Amino acid sequence: MSAPLLEVQELAVHRGHTPVLDIPSLRVGRGEVLALIGPNGAGKSTLLLTLAALLEPTAGSLAFHGETLASAAQRQAYRRRVTMVFQDPLLFDTTVRENIGAGLRLRGVAAGERQERVEATAAQFGIAGLLDRSARHLSGGEAQRTALARAFALRPEALFLDEPFSALDPPTRGGLLEDLGRILADTGTTAILATHDQAEASRLANRLAVMRDGRILQEGALQQVMNHPGDPFVAAFVGMETLLQCTVSAAVEGVLTLALAGHELIAVGEAEVGQAVLVGIRPEHVTLSLQTDKTSSARNQLPGTVTKVIPWGPFHRVELDCGFDLSTWVTPQSLAELALAPGRPVVAAFKATAVHVIRTGPPDQPAPET
Amino acid sequence: MDLIWDGLRKALELLVGLDPEVLGITLLSLKVSGVATLISVLLGLGLAVAVALNEFPGKRLVIALMNTGMGLPPVVVGLFVTVLLWRNGPLGFLGILYTPAAIILAQAVIATPIIAGLGLAALQHLPPELRLQILSLGATRPQLVWLLLREARLPLLAAVMAGFGGVISEVGASIMVGGNLKGSTRVLTTATVMETSRGNFEVAFALSFLLLILAFSVNALLTHLQQTRRPR
Repeated sequence: MSAPLLEVQELAVHRGHTPVLDIPSLRVGRGEVLALIGPNGAGKSTLLLTLAALLEPTAGSLAFHGETLASAAQRQAYRRRVTMVFQDPLLFDTTVRENIGAGLRLRGVAAGERQERVEATAAQFGIAGLLDRSARHLSGGEAQRTALARAFALRPEALFLDEPFSALDPPTRGGLLEDLGRILADTGTTAILATHDQAEASRLANRLAVMRDGRILQEGALQQVMNHPGDPFVAAFVGMETLLQCTVSAAVEGVLTLALAGHELIAVGEAEVGQAVLVGIRPEHVTLSLQTDKTSSARNQLPGTVTKVIPWGPFHRVELDCGFDLSTWVTPQSLAELALAPGRPVVAAFKATAVHVIRTGPPDQPAPET
Repeated sequence: MDLIWDGLRKALELLVGLDPEVLGITLLSLKVSGVATLISVLLGLGLAVAVALNEFPGKRLVIALMNTGMGLPPVVVGLFVTVLLWRNGPLGFLGILYTPAAIILAQAVIATPIIAGLGLAALQHLPPELRLQILSLGATRPQLVWLLLREARLPLLAAVMAGFGGVISEVGASIMVGGNLKGSTRVLTTATVMETSRGNFEVAFALSFLLLILAFSVNALLTHLQQTRRPR
């Protein structure tokens, strides 16, 4: 197997005597888009800066194409093959054209080719009409497009994106997210994106790493991490809102029957009878109806009562009491059709595969705090 | 009032008539303060860049010293430079006391901290991540410095104007290390002081106007540089 594009080993960054980053190992393959998600202060930006060779780690190594970057000259040469985009567009006080070409100029790309690449990249990002505008007079979205075009014009072998959309308003962000997703796919650019927004991560990335306190708690394929979070923190951060502590009452060929507050849940997973398990259910996997549907493929159909309806952007978040707390998203249309309001009896349905086993433990293990 | 009108008339005469002595004094002022400012730009901006881009113990103290240096009284500088250049002083062997070179030296000592202090403030006012952004675009160290200076060019030119303004107008150091020698180290400010003390107010006025015109012209030029080459 060939070496990964980027590989870090035993990476540590200290600020003073406080460790702020501790990454025993991380590999990024060519063409992968890895999203780092986690709360503020989790070390996402520090990891990106270290990977971009803009911050010297206290310990550990960074290898590019299997070659460890040891000397300052190697780090400088590496910086000319990758690039980074920050939350703030950090444009130069000149035209959009000069801005997009700035990196190419620094890297000594000849004027003719520079011109071509600037125009092609500007067109990709839909800012060809702004090339002769001053960067000072751009809107937030246009400025971030210019910053991204400046990075893509370099055709970097790895692109580091540090929360590039956080400062944008939702419509601007949505449009740019769409375009960036398309351009990343079209160019096959390897990218590492720091974000605290799981929607952004799932739109752009195919791998996901969840960080907290300078460590990577879990890293893997996007769906794997989203659906099989390894612990309650990761579960909460990838949007798995319902976490339930149950006991396995039956286990037959990977199908588990779980006992919980006088109810039974059917799940898919590996555990032994009598074990305590922590399971998670994503709200988008739960559907609501007014009565049990015998024909449905959803093996879990639980009667419950609506406790809260909270408007949440284009959707409504509905919280239920099914003997335990369960939450789900509904469209305004469903809200009206089912006449959902606190006190309304409903049936919550979800498939056995929607009940994700996060952790198993011995029978006597106390329920973890969630 | 007569005094002022006479002064204005005399000034006009001297200006229009291009009095060779006055012309010489004016050119010397421009030359001495111009060279001193140039030296200060090199030293001051170098210092500002070094302090802005590096972390080292005592950085805050250095910045505080630079800022204090912005208010160095010219007479204090004049005294120290005189002692330095005195015949048996540490730099006495140069033999430049009471020459234009001595004034340039003293004025450079005055202007360097001004340009360094304001220049550092200009560089520190740039977004802290800009340096990382420039490096991640592939800049070498000299390219990084150039781009940072270019991004801060407006306040940096203001720093240069402040430095030039500080030395073209100072009199204490020039008179102490230059001696106001006719045809050799007499500059506009020292000549104005002398003429005033002699009661030749018209001449003093004339010299003062020339000083103002000179200061205005140089700053107008720098302002022009500062405000052009800006895209729409």
